[in-house]
Amino acid sequence: MSAIPTQWSRVQSYLPGQQQLTRWLKQSLLSAAGIAVFVLLWQLLASQITTSLGSFPGPMQVAQQWSGLVAEHKAEKAREAAFFQRQLERNTATLAANSEAVVSVRPYNGRPTFFSQIFTSLYTVLTGFVLASMLAIPAGIVIGLSPRLYSAFNPLIQLFKPVSPLAWLPLVTILVSALYQSEQPLFARSFLVSVFTVTLCSLWPTLLNTIVGVSNISPDLQNVSRVLQLNWLTHVRRIVLPSAVPMIFTGLRLSLGIAWMVLIAAEMLAQNPGLGKFVWDEFQNGSSDSLSRICVAVLVIGLIGYALDRLMLQLQQRVNWDKSAQLR
Amino acid sequence: MQKPHLELSQLGISFPTPKGPFVALQNVNLDIAKGEFISLIGHSGCGKSTVLNLVAGLLQASAGGVILNQKEVNAPGPERAVVFQNHSLLPWLSVYQNVELAVKQVFRGQKNKSEMRDWIEHNLALVQMSHARDKRPAEISGGMKQRVGIARALAMQPQVLLMDEPFGALDALTRAHLQDSLMEIQARLNNTVIMITHDVDEAVLLSDRIVMMTNGPAATIGEILQIELPRPRNRIALADCATYNHYRHQVLSFLYEKQRKVEVLPKADAAKSPVKPAAKAPAKAPVKLAAEEKRA
Ligand SMILES: Nc1ncnc2c1ncn2[C@@H]1O[C@H](COP(=O)(O)OP(=O)(O)O)[C@@H](O)[C@H]1O
Ligand SMILES: [Mg+2]
Repeated sequence: MSAIPTQWSRVQSYLPGQQQLTRWLKQSLLSAAGIAVFVLLWQLLASQITTSLGSFPGPMQVAQQWSGLVAEHKAEKAREAAFFQRQLERNTATLAANSEAVVSVRPYNGRPTFFSQIFTSLYTVLTGFVLASMLAIPAGIVIGLSPRLYSAFNPLIQLFKPVSPLAWLPLVTILVSALYQSEQPLFARSFLVSVFTVTLCSLWPTLLNTIVGVSNISPDLQNVSRVLQLNWLTHVRRIVLPSAVPMIFTGLRLSLGIAWMVLIAAEMLAQNPGLGKFVWDEFQNGSSDSLSRICVAVLVIGLIGYALDRLMLQLQQRVNWDKSAQLR
Repeated sequence: MQKPHLELSQLGISFPTPKGPFVALQNVNLDIAKGEFISLIGHSGCGKSTVLNLVAGLLQASAGGVILNQKEVNAPGPERAVVFQNHSLLPWLSVYQNVELAVKQVFRGQKNKSEMRDWIEHNLALVQMSHARDKRPAEISGGMKQRVGIARALAMQPQVLLMDEPFGALDALTRAHLQDSLMEIQARLNNTVIMITHDVDEAVLLSDRIVMMTNGPAATIGEILQIELPRPRNRIALADCATYNHYRHQVLSFLYEKQRKVEVLPKADAAKSPVKPAAKAPAKAPVKLAAEEKRA
C-alpha cells in the first residue's frame, strides 16, 4: 500500500520541482517581453530618424541584410569551390599532356565575407586571450605568494591596467614591424598586432584576481601545508591553485569580455581583418545598406560576447570545486 | 631521572603591535610524559592557542623553547600533528584524498601504494568515517569533518597530537560522541596529546592532567590538576562520582574565583547595573560567552 506513494515521491524528486518550473517559465516570459519591447521601440524610433544614408534601419531591414550577408557568403563559397575545381582540372590536363610538367597550386584570394570575418575575429581573440592567461596566471601566482614582489609590481600593474587599447595599438604596431621581420612569416603582421593588443589589455583582470586569490588563502590551510612540510611546488599545486581557482575564473571571465571589446576596437582602428574591419568598411562604404549591415554586426558582436561568457561560465562550473557557489 | 618526552621550558612570546610589543606568554614551564593526555584550559584570549602554536612550530618563541625528545623544535613538522578548531580540510578534496595528502607526504618512500591505501582506510575506520570516504567536506556534518581532521592527524603517526578546541563548534551530543571516540583511540594508540578546551567536563573526562592558565597579558600556568580517575572512564558512571565532581569543582573555582575574568560591558549597560552581571552570572555562563566570542 505505502510503496506507491513513496515511489511516486522518489520520481518527483528527480523531476524539476513545480516551483522551479514556474520560476523558469516566468523568467523566459519576462525575457521575451523585454526583447519585444526593445524591438517595438526600435521600429518606432528608427522610422523617425533620417540620416545622410536614408532612414535609420528598423528590425525588418536588419533581418533582410542578415539574409543578404548569408547569401553573399554562400556565393563566395561557391566561387571558391569553382576556382579550385578549375585549377584541379587545368592541372590534371597539364599533367596528362606532359607528366614532367610543374603545376602550381594557387590559393584562392577572395573577398572576406561577413562570416569569414567572424571566424578571423574569434580566432584572434582566443589567441590573444590564451596568451594573456598563460602570462597572467603564473605571474599572478608568483606575485601573490610574495608580499615583496607584490609591493614591487603593484604600482606597475595599477599604472598599465587603465591604458586604453587605442594607446597600445600604435606602440604594438611599431614594435611588431620592428621585431617581426621574417622572409616567410608564419603569422600575418596584422594578426600579431591584434593579438598582442588584446593580450596587453586583457591581461590585467586575470593577473589582479589571481594575485588576490593567491594571497587570500585561509591561514588555516597554510598552516596545514606547513605542518605537512609541503615543498613549494606541492604547496602551489595542492593548496594555492585550487583555493585560488574561483578568483582566477572571475578574472578570466572579465578578461575575455575585455579581450572581445578591445579586439573589435583594434580591428577598426588598425584595419586589421575581422569584424571590426567589416564595420569600418561598411561605415566608409556609405551605401544605403551599410547602416543595416552595421546593425547586424553590432548584434552579432553582442551575441558572440555573450556566448563567450557563457562558455567561460560552463568551464568555471566544471573546474570549480565549490559547486554551491552562485555563478552568474 | 628520566628526561621528559616533551618539555616547554621558560617559554615566552611577545607580539609586535602598533603600541609596542605585547607580551602574550611568559615563563611557561611544563614537562609532558609520553602517552600523557594534557588539557589546556583558561579564559578566552589568555594564550592557549599561542602555546599550542609554539609547540606546533607555527609560531616562534621569543624566550625559552620547546624540546621534543631532547631536541629543540622551532619549525612545524608532521611529528607534531595539529587538529585545527575549524577542521581545516581542503574543500576541493574528498575525505579520502584529504587524509591521502598527509599520508603521501609523511610516508613517501616508506610505504608503497597499497600499504598507503590500507593505512588511510585504517585511519578512516578508526574515526568511523569509512562510509563517507568519497564525500567532499561540504557534504558532511561538522562532527564528521572534525573526525576526518583527527584521522588526518593520526595518519601522520605523530609523536604529539595537538588539538585546538577540536570539539568547540559542535553540539553537545556530537561532542560527547567524539570525546568517547577520542578516549578509545587514545587508549589504543597511547598518543601524547595536548588539547585546548573551554569545557570543564571535557577536560576532566579526558585528561591525565589539566593545565590551567592565568589571564593575559603575560599569561602563564596557574595551576596543574592531576586527574587520577581510572580508565576506561565512563561519563555516566562519573556523573555521580565524588572525585570527579571534586576535580570539576577545582577547575571551576580556578576559572571563576581565582582567575575571574572581568567582562568588558558596553558603557550604557554598565552604568545602569554596575554590580549585576558579576554577581548574578551562574558558574557556567562566562565559559559559554568565551566560547561564543571565539567563534564570532
Ligand atoms: N599574531 C598576533 N599578534 C598580536 N597579538 C596576538 C597574535 N596572536 C595572538 N595575540 C594575542 O595573544 C593573546 C592570546 O591569544 P590566543 O592564544 O589566541 O588566546 P586563546 O587561544 O587562549 O583564546 C590574545 O590577547 C591575542 O590578542
Ligand atoms: Mg584559541
